[in-house]
Amino acid sequence: MICARRRRLLVFRVVVFVLMGAFFLFPIWSMFEFSTRGTGTSRTLAAWLTIAQYPDLVAGIIASLELAAITSVAMLVLLLPTMIWVRLRLPGLSRVIEFISLLPLTIPAIVLVVGLVPVYKWLNDNLSDSILTLAFAYLVLVLPYAFRALAAGLAAIDIKTLSEVARSLGAGWPTVMWRIIVPNMPGAILNACLLSVALVLGEFTIANNLLYNNLQVEIAMLGRANAGVSIAVAVAALLFAFVLLVVLSFVGGPRSRRVQVADVWERGGTLK
Amino acid sequence: MISSRPAAVTAGTAARAGVEVRLEDLRRRYGPVVALDGLSLTLAPGELVALLGPSGCGKTTALRLLAGLEEADQGRVLIGGKDVTNISANRRDVGMVFQAYSLFPHMTAAENVAFGLQMRKVAATERRRRAAEMLDLVGLSGFANRFAHQLSGGQQQRVALARALAIRPKVLLLDEPLSALDAKVRGRLRDEIRRVQLEVGITTLFVTHDQEEALAIADRVGVMQSGRLEQLGPPIQVYSRPATPFVAAFVGLTNRLDGTVRDGAVEVRGTRLPLVRTDARDGPAVALVRPEAVSLAGESDTAAGPLNGTVIATAFLGATSRVTVDLGGVTVLAQLATSDAVAHPAGTRVRLVLRPDPVLIERDEPAPDHK
Repeated sequence: MICARRRRLLVFRVVVFVLMGAFFLFPIWSMFEFSTRGTGTSRTLAAWLTIAQYPDLVAGIIASLELAAITSVAMLVLLLPTMIWVRLRLPGLSRVIEFISLLPLTIPAIVLVVGLVPVYKWLNDNLSDSILTLAFAYLVLVLPYAFRALAAGLAAIDIKTLSEVARSLGAGWPTVMWRIIVPNMPGAILNACLLSVALVLGEFTIANNLLYNNLQVEIAMLGRANAGVSIAVAVAALLFAFVLLVVLSFVGGPRSRRVQVADVWERGGTLK
Repeated sequence: MISSRPAAVTAGTAARAGVEVRLEDLRRRYGPVVALDGLSLTLAPGELVALLGPSGCGKTTALRLLAGLEEADQGRVLIGGKDVTNISANRRDVGMVFQAYSLFPHMTAAENVAFGLQMRKVAATERRRRAAEMLDLVGLSGFANRFAHQLSGGQQQRVALARALAIRPKVLLLDEPLSALDAKVRGRLRDEIRRVQLEVGITTLFVTHDQEEALAIADRVGVMQSGRLEQLGPPIQVYSRPATPFVAAFVGLTNRLDGTVRDGAVEVRGTRLPLVRTDARDGPAVALVRPEAVSLAGESDTAAGPLNGTVIATAFLGATSRVTVDLGGVTVLAQLATSDAVAHPAGTRVRLVLRPDPVLIERDEPAPDHK
């Protein structure tokens, strides 16, 4: 009976997986199909092969990848110590921190841009006009997502007890963070990074309105001149995020959960 | 259970004597709540003192102040004669075992034990050697490569103990280390902790709400209430000569029997019982009588004596049994050998015999809400 139920569950899972997979992959496949159209019914990879021949596009890709990396690191450096500190020493502030972190979610990007224009004008005059300064704006944008991911990770471990033990054993606060807390929430940290990367790679509104040419802005501009190449790059960007997601779900899962799954399988095996 | 241990471990650890630990007039408030109200306590070198009390009595706060995990509003903490009041937790040289689930989940047992040594920049080979030695001391040499989730609750606490001792701390702090374990493991680990503590000779503060645990393990027991020490003394003294009615009620079970004080003794239903404090003035009072000072005699002669009643329940505790006797409006607990208790099943008439041990009394006036 258990066997039959498991088989039904398996069928259900496969069906859902296939349906959802098709739902996600069909548009990407369509884009790929479009980007490889030649004259008549012929197929050509010309659009893909010419990607490298658009220096602006390549610069946009590089800039977006750099921004993704900078934003992720800055997000971790800013959020992780803050959240841990608030949890351990200032629990009264946790609501305030949560509110501030979730605030960007409620403000439309276009409204944010209006506020950011004078800030960036000052930034460009006094600091730098590099596209990488967009990382400041993106840091604000990724706050709500990263906050949620990290909060879930922190809630799953008893950081108060673990940090007190570590301190009584002679560890200072930096050691507590990097040696004790961070290694116990790899899934949450990877999650927060992935969300940040995905958001930065897909960001158009702010970059466009602040007159920076990141990946998405370049794709949009190129779309007017050469739709095939533009779509090819869009597919590549989507697949990149997709691969990151898959890597995350296989690598980042917490050890304990995988052990539990293994336990369940084992027990199921002996039940039969 | 744990038999073979290299002689070097014992020799090396027993050689170092514990240090004196002194808490002086510690005060701590959390908003309007007073957690510690001027606690002073001195632990002799190598002594194990258990702080016992209900939750919220301040015992955990005292331990955390000693560990440096909280700051006192007032007072001083001295370890080995050195004032550590303003020294942070990671520099105090204090080993701590928490209630449960305190092992670092991403490290093996050996790595957990070696962590404190790593913080002290001990070389890797020496760390490994000392971690193995400590795991051996707590009887877990075969479990060095297990993670916390692969160990039972009792084993986890033993690793935590080994981890706390590996850094050779000056003081060992145990914060209810047994409360999350089941009864059988608890008793065994309690004896194990005591054995290791004696072997290492480390000054130890043990915090618990379980009176049996405190009485069984400690050199001295401190009973706390509302942030203050009610009584501090050897277990036998705390149990048999409670200093205050609170201690009498909290440590062990107590019958509260109405009586009258006259000429330095209290008369309870025709039986004169000597007083712990003989200076009590005459008048009505409540005598606090331990269940084991009450025994049963079959009702043969007197039909309606003042200590005659009916057995209403018997709780079998193993070697002893606790019998509840109804004296007509008042119920009295008697604890006696099970072989005696079976002679008086529920429903039988019995006569109570009160052993003339010195008792504490409580006046009705200051606490009118007492039954």
